[in-house]
Amino acid sequence: MAENVSSVQHASSLQRDPAAGASAPFSKWAPAVLLAWLIPGGGHFLLKKRERGVVIAVSVTVMFLLGLMMRGAMFHPEGGDLLTTVIYYGGFIGDLLSGVLYFIAVALGYSQPDMAGHVHDYGTKFLVAAGLLNLLAMVDAFEIVTGKKD
Amino acid sequence: MPKMNLSHFEASIIFAFFTSVVLGVITKRTDRERIRHAAQTFGYFVLAIFGLSWLMYLGHG
Repeated sequence: MAENVSSVQHASSLQRDPAAGASAPFSKWAPAVLLAWLIPGGGHFLLKKRERGVVIAVSVTVMFLLGLMMRGAMFHPEGGDLLTTVIYYGGFIGDLLSGVLYFIAVALGYSQPDMAGHVHDYGTKFLVAAGLLNLLAMVDAFEIVTGKKD
Repeated sequence: MPKMNLSHFEASIIFAFFTSVVLGVITKRTDRERIRHAAQTFGYFVLAIFGLSWLMYLGHG
């Protein structure tokens, strides 16, 4: 808790001095970025940007849930030719970026095979896109902590 | 978890909506700019959806 408060105070001080952002130590921005990854919108809540946090949390969570309801497939790391490797590793990282949503879905046994059909296909894309939107939120949280943005 | 069945149009519009909202929220500084940017991005998405749909329709003859 004290660390969180200190992180917010540090973010405020950096906002007053944008040049300090470039040299922000790992320990200062890591909690916000890590929380932003694990809980969509969590990084913004930590940085007292509640409205933005709510919008991000709702958007990422709804997209992820829609992906599950459309029975989208989760990617697993899989090697092969270059294109296969890029698609499967990239997709896996995209899924993983949804943080706790991904871990809960996997822990509850969600395992949808890759099936033909446009709805399943959209579902797969929704799952990856939810993670990629969360990645943008992580970058935003980083920029707030380092004072590049308020 | 209930199963959902959406058309291409419904799925792509929902995708466009949430993507536009997040892009609007994280890229601009004031609420007014955010709403404007989100609406603009959503408009471009819809334009691309209709444009590409017609292109595919006409391309198939």
